[in-house]
Amino acid sequence: MTPPIEFEIRRRTLLAGSAAIAMSAGLRPASAQDGAAASTPAGDSTTTVTLTVNGEPRELTVDNRVTLLDALREHLELTGTKKGCDHGQCGACTCTVNGERINSCLSLAVMHDGDEVETIEGIGTPEQMDPMQAAFVENDGFQCGYCTPGQISSARKVIEEIRAGIPSHVTGDLNAEIAITDAEIRERMSGNICRCGAYANILAAITQVAEDQA
Amino acid sequence: MRAFSYEKVADPAAAAARAAEVEGAKFLAGGTNLLDLMKLEIETPVHLIDVNGLGLDEVTETEDGGLRIGTLVTNTALSADERVRRDYPVLTRAIAAGASGQLRNKATTGGNLLQRTRCPYFYDTAMPCNKREPGSGCGALTEGAFSRQLGVIGTSDNCIATHPSDMAVAMRVLDATVETVTPNGMTRRIPLEEFHLLPGDTPQEENALMPGELITHVTLPAPVGGTQKYHKARDRASYAFALVSVALIRQPDGSGRVALGGVAPKPWRSDEADAELPNGARAVMAHLLEGARPTEENAFKITLAERALAAMLAEE
Repeated sequence: MTPPIEFEIRRRTLLAGSAAIAMSAGLRPASAQDGAAASTPAGDSTTTVTLTVNGEPRELTVDNRVTLLDALREHLELTGTKKGCDHGQCGACTCTVNGERINSCLSLAVMHDGDEVETIEGIGTPEQMDPMQAAFVENDGFQCGYCTPGQISSARKVIEEIRAGIPSHVTGDLNAEIAITDAEIRERMSGNICRCGAYANILAAITQVAEDQA
Repeated sequence: MRAFSYEKVADPAAAAARAAEVEGAKFLAGGTNLLDLMKLEIETPVHLIDVNGLGLDEVTETEDGGLRIGTLVTNTALSADERVRRDYPVLTRAIAAGASGQLRNKATTGGNLLQRTRCPYFYDTAMPCNKREPGSGCGALTEGAFSRQLGVIGTSDNCIATHPSDMAVAMRVLDATVETVTPNGMTRRIPLEEFHLLPGDTPQEENALMPGELITHVTLPAPVGGTQKYHKARDRASYAFALVSVALIRQPDGSGRVALGGVAPKPWRSDEADAELPNGARAVMAHLLEGARPTEENAFKITLAERALAAMLAEE
């Protein structure tokens, strides 16, 4: 029987290998293009941007194709923000830009020059957890934990969005104050998928934070 | 993803001029649909012109009492705008029924109108698609194809894709107009009714914009009042595209307007169908869906559209 540690090493080696293949397939240099005029970029394929990430200014020179998600993970080594589907469907990559939650996989790093980005690393630490992080722990709001940074980043903003009066699909009166109900939370969290199915406990965690803040 | 160069420009007219000048250039606004398609190499621009920061992110009031919505106003901001919630509630309802919270925070007004179809055969690059690769055929019209989500009217033998927007359906029922700047700096106004094109023999041509032309605003006429509703029927309760959606504005005298989403290559509405509203859902749909050519898999949309409207009329 293979000891767990050896399996872990093998798995990591395999992942690094396949990541390298994925990188070379996904990021073909311009010179490898077909050569026709319309397939040649009209200018530089890299851009320098300055982002404020978790309060710290960070200057980056990136290939224009690098998403905000990959800039955070691969260039700034902030791996708390997760890559799930990479197509905006799962919400694992959710972080906030200028105070609003977005899918960082569907945004280019070069679009965010001067923007303020907050990732899960900026929300709290194991020693000093944000109330939403503490509530997820207390309510077992996860199993494998992969979607959790995105869930927490989204959940904190869901409460703010309801309090700011931003209507949702399930909001009744569009011109009245919006109550924080299970239906409102569920609807607003629909862009964050949890394959372990921890939804009931995620809902409990968010409800608890909303009630504690009230 | 293919390599591309990237630039920011000084103003909307400069953006349009640059887009006309650089072959293979595209505008970049929210990026939520464009980047998705670039990752799949369905969209392969060689140059992106970032139009964020051009001051097109405000909703202002027009002289005739309507609203002028900047093309970069996000879906969230538009749906939450106090004037929209109060005077154009069908628009708030439609936007809130689409996508997810994260996407609505980034997706823009102009980008929403320009988003591409979610037809699975458009997305699957191993399959033929006349929209993606003109002349290659339509994967959705092959034997045994999955066409549950696809169009039933306004389609052609070359393409049965639908326009996926909810927002556009509400804007159509509100008689919105698209305002653009052309590469030579002129302003053009295109009624939303004429903005999206039917596929015919050229499904790759999806809208009335000329090369380089940039949407700058969408204007809404003065509020028309009435009871405004948006009903979206879909396979899950949230974060799914419409099988059928219905935008309804009904006046106290029973007259009104109806537009459908999820059934056609553009928001679907007709004056003849609107005129039948006092006579009920069946009369409306007899006109609105006259000449429909559904597949075996999506014929249910005809019944669903009628029942959805009947349910909305019965609610009052």
